[in-house]
Amino acid sequence: MIDLIDIEKVYQTGKKSSFIALRGINLKVEKGEIFGVIGRSGAGKSTLLRSVNLLERPTGGTVIVGGDKLTELTEKALQEKRKRIGMIFQHFNLLTTATVRENIAFPLRIAKLGGSRIKPRVDELLELVGLTAYQHHYPKQLSGGQKQRVGIARALANDPEVLLCDEATSALDPQTTDSILSLLKEINRRMGITILLITHEMGVIRAVCDRVAVMDHGRIVESGTVLDVFLSPRDSVTREFVSEVSDAFGSEAIDAYRAQGRMVRIHFRGGQTYEPVLYETVRRTDATFAILQGTVSKMKDVPYGQLIVELRGSDGEVDRIIEELGQQGLEVSRL
Amino acid sequence: MTNGIVKMAGAAPFSFFSDIQWNDIFKASNETLYMLAFSLLFTVILGLLLGIVLFLFSEGQLLQNRALYGLLSVIVNVLRSVPFVILMILIMPFTKTIVGTSIGVKGAIPPLVVAAAPFFARLVETSLREVDKGVVEAATAMGASKGMIVLHVLLREARTGLIAAITITAVTLVSYTAMSGVIGGGGLGDLALRFGYQRFRLDVMIVTVALLLILVQILQTAGDMLVKAFSRR
Repeated sequence: MIDLIDIEKVYQTGKKSSFIALRGINLKVEKGEIFGVIGRSGAGKSTLLRSVNLLERPTGGTVIVGGDKLTELTEKALQEKRKRIGMIFQHFNLLTTATVRENIAFPLRIAKLGGSRIKPRVDELLELVGLTAYQHHYPKQLSGGQKQRVGIARALANDPEVLLCDEATSALDPQTTDSILSLLKEINRRMGITILLITHEMGVIRAVCDRVAVMDHGRIVESGTVLDVFLSPRDSVTREFVSEVSDAFGSEAIDAYRAQGRMVRIHFRGGQTYEPVLYETVRRTDATFAILQGTVSKMKDVPYGQLIVELRGSDGEVDRIIEELGQQGLEVSRL
Repeated sequence: MTNGIVKMAGAAPFSFFSDIQWNDIFKASNETLYMLAFSLLFTVILGLLLGIVLFLFSEGQLLQNRALYGLLSVIVNVLRSVPFVILMILIMPFTKTIVGTSIGVKGAIPPLVVAAAPFFARLVETSLREVDKGVVEAATAMGASKGMIVLHVLLREARTGLIAAITITAVTLVSYTAMSGVIGGGGLGDLALRFGYQRFRLDVMIVTVALLLILVQILQTAGDMLVKAFSRR
């Protein structure tokens, strides 16, 4: 749905100095998925998102959205195309002089829809984001979460095929963040709309994304399914983000521990999370095990777990256990 | 002379003003209002356009153009730095081609507009700069054209600033109209100069000043009320 090919963005900061915000970005977002880009501030993720609807025109590369090469469109055609690309912002960017209702109607008026078609559509959108009771309020009278709901309704007004989210929850408290994220998930599921979001919070990625790309210094350093990236981060930046959301993944608790047996880290995911795989496997030998550290959680809708386990038994038995666990689809790594 | 001195048969405290020819005051007030209304109308139209264009050409805006911005900026600065009394005389030929005369109430309007429009344009430019860039960005992302952004976002969001700017400009115009007596422009200021100053008529001076003061108060209060009514922040 979104195809970024060799995107470069260079800012001319002076006569001879320049700043490279994006270097050779290649990114493909599939139709109907929620794709997250995570990075520290200044990593280039915001520039990347703005390149998709050409709010920032890349200095090199091609942007394709829904089959149209945006980078080759005329201004007029680009304006038309943008009507099908919704966008929400960290600071909501609502018209302060317009009511909730007028804000949601705004993109419809820009698309030159007649008044008779605008009204029912706005009613529908108000209903969707649960703000019917607030339709005549001004943004000033709304909470942050409500403002973002207006932003979402406005972005969806013209039935976009893509929704771009620019740090959409970064200005909100944790509870409100959760409610906005569930709304985005629901919209994605119900309307099949493709969502590309950027954030600096791993919690956001974990809650809603199917796939993730990690950015650092204008480059994508790692990407893949959220579970893969989360469970086996390769880049140091990724590891930092991952450690933010799960204390249990750190090794502080076992740092000072002198194991008698062999310590292993076991990853499991999906249905296996709820099965007594480890117990059943160890029981078939004379070995025993102790759980030193563990976490069981969900990544979007996929359950996963990670355990650090000490296996106590003869070398042969422990080797066999590790092998059998691997055969059952668990990832086992020695520590 | 038979016309004139309407003796007020009132009480002693009013006798100081008893020599005033009230129909002269009335005529002058009318002239002031006439000059103000028309010069304000054209100032707002021209100044708004100029202000929008200045804003759009400025750095980081929709039509960013350093050369054109610089050029317009210089023109605006030049017009603003010429004192009104001198500007009035300087552009007399121009005034004559536009309204057919370079004197009187009619002849006062073009110089008033030429003096006030650049001033108002700067105020417009500043008001538009106050509009949150994020809202403009949101409208761009929705596929709005530049014209739509100016009409539906910039002018709308800046409306309280624009009303305040019109108020300030109107008050400035009131004081400019007082100088138009130099070219026989008429109005309250002219009356104050000719009677109050040149003929030592303190009573006329006080009345005209009081009327100008009331006019300015009304303009400012009305402006403030409108700003309050339209404010949504």
